[in-house]
Amino acid sequence: MTRFHLEIRVKPRPGLLDPEGKAVHHALQSLDFSGVAEVRVGKVIDIEIDATDRSEALERVREMCRKLLANPVTEDFDVRVADQIVYTGDAA
Amino acid sequence: MKVAVITFPGSNCDYDCYKALQLLPEFEPHFVWHREVALGPVDAVFLPGGFAHGDYLRAGAIARFSPIMDAVLEFGRSGGIVVGICNGFQVLCESGLLPGALLRNESLRFRSHEVHVRVETVRTPFTSAYEKGRILRIPIAHGEGNYFANAETLAELEGEDRIVFRYVTPSGELGPGSNPNGSRHNIAGIVNAQRNVLGMMPHPERSVEPLLGSTDGRGIFESLAGHLGGIPA
Repeated sequence: MTRFHLEIRVKPRPGLLDPEGKAVHHALQSLDFSGVAEVRVGKVIDIEIDATDRSEALERVREMCRKLLANPVTEDFDVRVADQIVYTGDAA
Repeated sequence: MKVAVITFPGSNCDYDCYKALQLLPEFEPHFVWHREVALGPVDAVFLPGGFAHGDYLRAGAIARFSPIMDAVLEFGRSGGIVVGICNGFQVLCESGLLPGALLRNESLRFRSHEVHVRVETVRTPFTSAYEKGRILRIPIAHGEGNYFANAETLAELEGEDRIVFRYVTPSGELGPGSNPNGSRHNIAGIVNAQRNVLGMMPHPERSVEPLLGSTDGRGIFESLAGHLGGIPA
């Protein structure tokens, strides 16, 4: 068993209205940060998981995302180990 | 008729539902704690408003996996009457019993005030006591009531006459100012394809007595009493 530290990023699906991102965008503009084209606000979930290898750890975390951590109707997720993206996909 | 009102940790409209059901002699409401795994003999299930499990992760996302939910899903899939109000609607969407999702209000504000909704269909066990087009004055109280579904699902809801309530202006129009949260197609409530599961953001249980400022929500309970009256327990 090895302990893997995975970072899951859950984001509102592109094209979907993200009122929180919009509010942050407006706040940035009012602070005179120019050139900001788009702001989306999601969440980061850190998981430490014991598994026999990395692919098992990833498969289990993907399953967690599909079942609970991301809403397949409105959100996409990706999973990272350290700083490297190892899986990108939607929750469907 | 036995009606189960499910209480999750964080539910806060369970007692309101219980009291509203008690106003009609047909109903015998009782509470069911979310840790239970069986419903027992019931004619209907209510998922009340509130903030189940603190609304952590997403509203309804954790409540959807409460132990009682397997029984609720089985009951709903086999044609049993299920009503989800506010947080209950969010739980039903998360569970897949109803399509779509409820996003953060477009205004980013928690909206707690009366709204007007139009009864869009009376072909449901929940609205048969109303006349189509009737405008109800009924409160909302939510931060995440912005109904979202993809274009295909919305077309299906429209085409199958499954949009039960739409937010309107006091005079019944869909125009500016009618939509309190940004919901697609002004949707305030929908039913599933079999029409036995209702989800709605407004609170009919808070508009059943003159003292509460409106009795417009009573029709939902009366419709249900009439519908269940024809079904032996």
